[in-house]
Amino acid sequence: MKYWRALPAADVEGRRLLLALVAALVALIVASLAIGRYPLSLATIADTLLGRGDGSQSSATAETILLLVRLPRVATAVMVGAGLSLAGAAFQTVFRNPMASPSLLGVSAGAGFGASLALLFHLPTIAVEGAAFIGGLAAVVASFLAASSVRGNSLITLILCGMVMSALFQAMISLVKYVADPVDTLATITFWLMGSLAKADAADAATVAAPVLLGGATLFALRWRISLLALGEHEAAALGADVARLRTIVILCATAMTAATVCVAGIVGWVGLLVPHIARMLFGMEPGRAMIATATLGALFALAVDDVARSASVIEIPLGVMTAVIGAPFFLFLVMRTRNEQWS
Amino acid sequence: MVVTAAIEIVDLSFRRAPGRERVLDSISLSARAGELLVLLGPNGAGKSTLVHCLLGLATPEQGRVRALGDDLHGLGRREIAKRIAYVPQAGHSAFAFTVQQMALMGRAAHMDGVGSPSPQDHEIVRRALIDIGVDHLRKKPFTQISGGERQLVLIARAVAQDAPIIVMDEPTSSLDLGNQGRVLTLMKNLAAAGKTVVMTTHLPDQAFNLRARVALLRGGRLIAEGTAAEVCDRDSMSRLYGAPMLRLAADDARDVVAFAPDLD
Repeated sequence: MKYWRALPAADVEGRRLLLALVAALVALIVASLAIGRYPLSLATIADTLLGRGDGSQSSATAETILLLVRLPRVATAVMVGAGLSLAGAAFQTVFRNPMASPSLLGVSAGAGFGASLALLFHLPTIAVEGAAFIGGLAAVVASFLAASSVRGNSLITLILCGMVMSALFQAMISLVKYVADPVDTLATITFWLMGSLAKADAADAATVAAPVLLGGATLFALRWRISLLALGEHEAAALGADVARLRTIVILCATAMTAATVCVAGIVGWVGLLVPHIARMLFGMEPGRAMIATATLGALFALAVDDVARSASVIEIPLGVMTAVIGAPFFLFLVMRTRNEQWS
Repeated sequence: MVVTAAIEIVDLSFRRAPGRERVLDSISLSARAGELLVLLGPNGAGKSTLVHCLLGLATPEQGRVRALGDDLHGLGRREIAKRIAYVPQAGHSAFAFTVQQMALMGRAAHMDGVGSPSPQDHEIVRRALIDIGVDHLRKKPFTQISGGERQLVLIARAVAQDAPIIVMDEPTSSLDLGNQGRVLTLMKNLAAAGKTVVMTTHLPDQAFNLRARVALLRGGRLIAEGTAAEVCDRDSMSRLYGAPMLRLAADDARDVVAFAPDLD
């Protein structure tokens, strides 16, 4: 009977930690609205958001900064972080590979190619998003097919095939850049690919929010069934999962979420690999809690990094550069700290 | 009196691809409720393929598999999982599910697509873990328990799945003798409780020990079927494994007979 008392205690502890995380995210969102070259007080933020501006010059400035600049940027950062992390966790489960992530599978590069091709032809946002989705899907399907046709398929094979696809699509991105008009299109594509939220506006926020929220909700609804996929095709099927259909749904959702983040923020690496790891280390494998923790931690990470990117120095540091600078050493630290069999 | 079979294989043949040779060739077998059926055969005899066909994971070229009277072909994955539970060989998992989460997965067939485990599911899983004797491990990561413990947890998961038929693929192959004994005892108890248990193994003595019915498979064909004492003798075992065998029997072995390769 002892465990029966012990388990709810552990449950409560995990729930408290999760609540603390969500509270931290809310606090960081508010702080992110306040900080910047033109600092805003909490009172001003509250007044502006509640539409209680006094019509003065400073109140109008605050409104402009908050509603047109910071709020869209904060919302975009939150959605990009949550979307990449959830997509990473989904790819890791469906490919039974704790090292899988949107960038290692080639999804980010594929989506980047699709999007840059669309940008080259000055296509509208919806077309850019569609092209990114198709490019990302092509990359992940190609990686998976290549890996399954290799003998002695292992955890590393899929990652190697993903890296091959990633390199291929990076080369195609270079080709797009090469033919792009150096006066306007080239600069647009280059800065966008580096990953930046500097120009994020309300339209960007909506562009990324819709697929992330929709995909996230779908994955959350199916979370228990999806976790069966981590056991492998045969075991999952024998436990009652329709593996082919489930796998398709997960890959489509995760790719759409990745493509959406690529459209607004360019190729932002590491988030989708690291955050699911940390979430599993802190909260374990219980599907519901792991997903909420992954989304919250991802949003926290991306928002914090973007805050630093825009306030640490006079010039903006690209988001993709920042996540790599933080992510690469942290990942090495994780690898050294974690024994091989405890990968998750 | 006609006793309906819990699981029934009728004239089953299987090829990996059209034009390639048959991995299974016209196999017919059945097992009733409360019966233990041991599939015995050398490596490559088609045991694993037969297990996959039994679970509806492989589509046969001809013939059918019926579980509780219904052809698996016409059943959905959840319907099959409510009839047949699968105990795979305990391997390594890439993700550190706890023992309890692993066992809860056995309830998936009883949940909706968007469902999560109910308090009742938790209760069923807890009872299964206690019955199998792995309850004390419930909060440990599946990746950090021993191979024997992992196998017991997978059996507990199959018990929680609450299916009348349990199919086990070499459940003892990586276990020491003590753990083999534990797993075999559990199988006996499950059969005594009315489950149909089908298992594959490399060790004929397990069939004697379980007082099971034995089917000998070689080259994809069913070459003999009967009680262990009827079908497992020195000649049949030597022919089955394609190597001379010694028959090891002792007066105090309670009719359990083992076989060992004859090296001379």
